[in-house]
Parts: sequence; structure tokens; C-alpha cells
Amino acid sequence: MSAAEFELTRLPVGKRAEVVRVGSVGSMRNRLLDLGLVPSTVVEAVRKSPAGDPVAYKIRGAVIALRSEESRQITVRSLD
Amino acid sequence: MAHLEAEFNRLLQLAQAEGSQMGTVRDRIVQTIYREAQDIAEKAVKLKGKAEDVDRMIDNVVTSKIWGYPLMLALLSVVFWLTISGANFPSALLAEFLFGLQDQLTALFQWAGAPDWLHGVLVLGMYRALAWVVSVMLPPMAIFFPLFTFLEDLGYLPRVAFNLDKLFKKAGAHGKQILTMCMGFGCNAAGVIACRIIESPRERLIAILTNNFVPCNGRFPTMIAMAAIFMGLLVSNYNSFTASALVAGVVVLGVSVTLAVSWILSKTLLKGIPSTFTLELPPYRIPKIGSLLIRSVFDRTLFVMMRAVVVAAPAGMVAWILANIQIGGLSILAHLAGWLQGFGCAIGLDGFIVLAFLLGLPANEIVVPILIMSYLAEGAMVELDSIEALRELLVNNGWTWLTALNMMLFSLLHFPCATTLLTIRKETQSLKWTVLAALIPTGIAIAVCFVVAQIVRGLGLF
Repeated sequence: MSAAEFELTRLPVGKRAEVVRVGSVGSMRNRLLDLGLVPSTVVEAVRKSPAGDPVAYKIRGAVIALRSEESRQITVRSLD
Repeated sequence: MAHLEAEFNRLLQLAQAEGSQMGTVRDRIVQTIYREAQDIAEKAVKLKGKAEDVDRMIDNVVTSKIWGYPLMLALLSVVFWLTISGANFPSALLAEFLFGLQDQLTALFQWAGAPDWLHGVLVLGMYRALAWVVSVMLPPMAIFFPLFTFLEDLGYLPRVAFNLDKLFKKAGAHGKQILTMCMGFGCNAAGVIACRIIESPRERLIAILTNNFVPCNGRFPTMIAMAAIFMGLLVSNYNSFTASALVAGVVVLGVSVTLAVSWILSKTLLKGIPSTFTLELPPYRIPKIGSLLIRSVFDRTLFVMMRAVVVAAPAGMVAWILANIQIGGLSILAHLAGWLQGFGCAIGLDGFIVLAFLLGLPANEIVVPILIMSYLAEGAMVELDSIEALRELLVNNGWTWLTALNMMLFSLLHFPCATTLLTIRKETQSLKWTVLAALIPTGIAIAVCFVVAQIVRGLGLF
């Protein structure tokens, strides 16, 4: 149950994790809530931009790219 | 009294406690809504994995380290090449038709016995400016906008933003800004409207304020002509490849200025304005040609065209009046140019060029025709048959390669046209940002042209 928690930034491409906590504040938090990024949501890292950042995540069927500043605020726990 | 105050304080504390709880309440509401939705979706929706696999395969190429950037450059080059080379023929046809119609109009005015000034203002001033703008602007836009909308509907454009975001992040901007810039090549007013796709307020303003540094369709022909004249004045024989490379260099300069100004804005004027970044990479779709054509032709091409027509018509009229009313043996135009001569000279141009840019505020297409009109001291806007004839006229009016170079730089960097400014006013709902959108580029244009002129003259090249 208590698998290690880590920042979403460190989720390797192709791996899935479950959201534990969203630390973002203000308008970015609203934006993430709009996308359905709430605790217990399953997130998969899909691909990295050729420049390494942003990273695209599969969130509830949609592919959404987040910058590392944003994904660092999101704590997840590994599912794989 | 004392117990009323105690009661008030108690209520105040209660309200504050509730207020600080609001955030978590909202989180819980959103979480519950999504849990419910997920339960329903799991029961009702069956997913087929096929389409997604294809998307992943395409993305593996389109956003790969090796192919991502070259593919992007290649696609953009193809779009530009198709636009520029494809527009030549219909532009010539359209010009022939519209200027032919002008002769008919003249005949009509003569038949009706209309006074010369009325014919001048309406036909030589207004109609000619309109015909000019339409024949220069319409064909490239009618090619560019559908091509661009095709890439948009296909789902390719968000991948471009994905690939380039890191570069824009360093400039304090949003990856989607590259899409608004590409749109700006078609028309800066359309580019400014396109900034709506950037949901973050700070990055959206940055994109709006810098869109003008991408040369639009109305300025591209000027750039191409000036590049040819510059090369012609610099070396005795040049090939068209070096002139094209020069135009490409100017575009690269425009992009660099965009990034630099974006960076400065994000660190100064726009510091502290909230910023968010999320970018959806939607599934690829085969575009529906019908709706694509309707949207690109009606919503973009004709929309932009109508706005340009509305501002170009009065501008043509004003230019004609200034060129044809004489005071003390000189036209008003020549008087005005005389006053601007000192300033024009300091930035490597001359009074007539500065005046042409000012009169061309409504639409960039008419800058060069107005300039030719003033040099020839003709009563109406004219076009010369060949680039050689144009070069001869310019050299006779004191042009050097420095003038051609600075004309290109000024055209790239100067204030946006009136249509774009009106659009910025509408999109930002702010007079302050509209004024800054005019002042920032103009300041940069003057500074760059001044420095270039002083360096070239200081080195004793002239």
C-alpha cells in the first residue's frame, strides 16, 4: 500500500503512477483540476520533447504536456 | 455594545476559518465529480486501442530527437514555398483584372462629366489602393490559410509547440507562441487573434506584443524586392539564391528579436502576471476538407481581407490628396517629406521613405507604391514593370545598399499596421497595451536602423 512516493518529474517514460498530492497553487492548480488531475488519478508518462522538457502525460485518456516546474509540484506513487 | 463586538469577532473568525477551508472543499468536489464520471465511463465506454497505437507511432517520428526539428523546418518551408510561388500567377491575373476595371471606371467618370478631382480621389486614390491591396494580399492568404488550417486540423501544430517549448520557456514565453507566429506570416492581425490559444495571461500578452516581428504577407513582397535591390547595389552580379538567403536571414532576425523582446517583457513589464502551462496533444485526425475550406477562407482569409479593405480605401484617398494638392509649387507630400528628411537620414533612410511608412500605417502593402508615387512625383500609386526599373528609380533618388538594407530592417521591426493595432485593442481590451504594441517595435526599429547607419557611415563605407 505504501509504495514510495516521488515527484511526477521522475516518472520514467512508459511507466504509470497514481497521483497522491497536487502541490500547485493558484491558476495552475485550477488548470490541473480542470484536467482531472486529482488524488488517485492514474498518470502515464508518454513521451519527452526532443529538448527533454516538457513531458507528455496520459491523463484520463487525454495526452497533456507539462513543464518540469509544474510536474515537480505533483507527488505520485508508482503503479508498475 | 461590548457583546455585539464580541459576536462580530466570533462571526468574523468563523468566516475566516470557512474561507481557508474553501480550497480543500473545492478539491473534494472536483475529486468526487471525477470519481463519479470515471465510474460511469467505465460502465458505458469501450475503448479500442488501434487509433492510439497509430498516433504513438506518428508521434515517435514527429517528436523524435532526430526527425522532430528537420521535419518541422521542411513542412514550414513547403508551406512558404507553395504560398509564395503559388501566389505569383493569380496575383498577376487579379492585378490585370482590377486595374483593367479602373480604365472602365475612368471612362464612366468621363462619360458622366465628373470633375477631375472627384475622379482623382475616388478612382486614382481610393480604388487603386483597394485594387493594390486585394491583388497583393488575397492570393497568398487564400493559399497560406488553408494549408495552415490543414496542419492545424491534422493535429500536427501542437506537436510543433511541444518540440519548441523549451526554447520559448527560456524566453519566458509559451510554446504555442510559435503557432501564433506562423499565423503572423499570413497576417499579424490573424496572428494576434490566434493568441487566444494561449490560456496563460502573461504568455498570451507576450505573444500579442511580439507578433509583429514576424513579417506578414503585406511586407514579404517588400522584403523580397529590397533583398534583390540590396544585392544588386552591393555586387554587380548576384544570383537569386543569395537574395533568398538574405530574406531568410531577415526572418531569422525577426524570430531572434521576438525571443529577446519576450524575455525582456517577461522580466519587466509583465513580471508577476500569473502564468500556467499545459499543452494538449490531441489525437491525429484526417481533416474534413469542406469545413477546412469554409473556416480558412471565410473566417480567416476574407475576414482579414475585409479589415484591410476598410482601412486601405481611406489611406489611398489621403495619399492621393497629399500628392496632388500643391502649396508653393510643391505637393503637400513633398513638404512633409522635407520635414522628415533629417530624421530619415539619421536612420539611413530618407524623408519620403519615413512618410511612406507613416502613410502605409493602414496596410503595409501600400508602402512601396506610395514611395514610388512620391519619387516619380506622379499623381497616383504606380508599379514599375521590373525590379531593374525600380532599382534605377531608387538610385536616382539617392539610394545606396544601406538604404535598401535599412528599409528591410525598418519594415521588419516597425509599428504594426492599423488593422493589427485595432485587433490588439480588441483582444487585450486595453489602450495601454495597444500603445505599447506600437511604441516597442517602433523604438527598436529606429534604434537598430540608427546604429546600422552610424556603423556603416563610421566605417567610411559611404
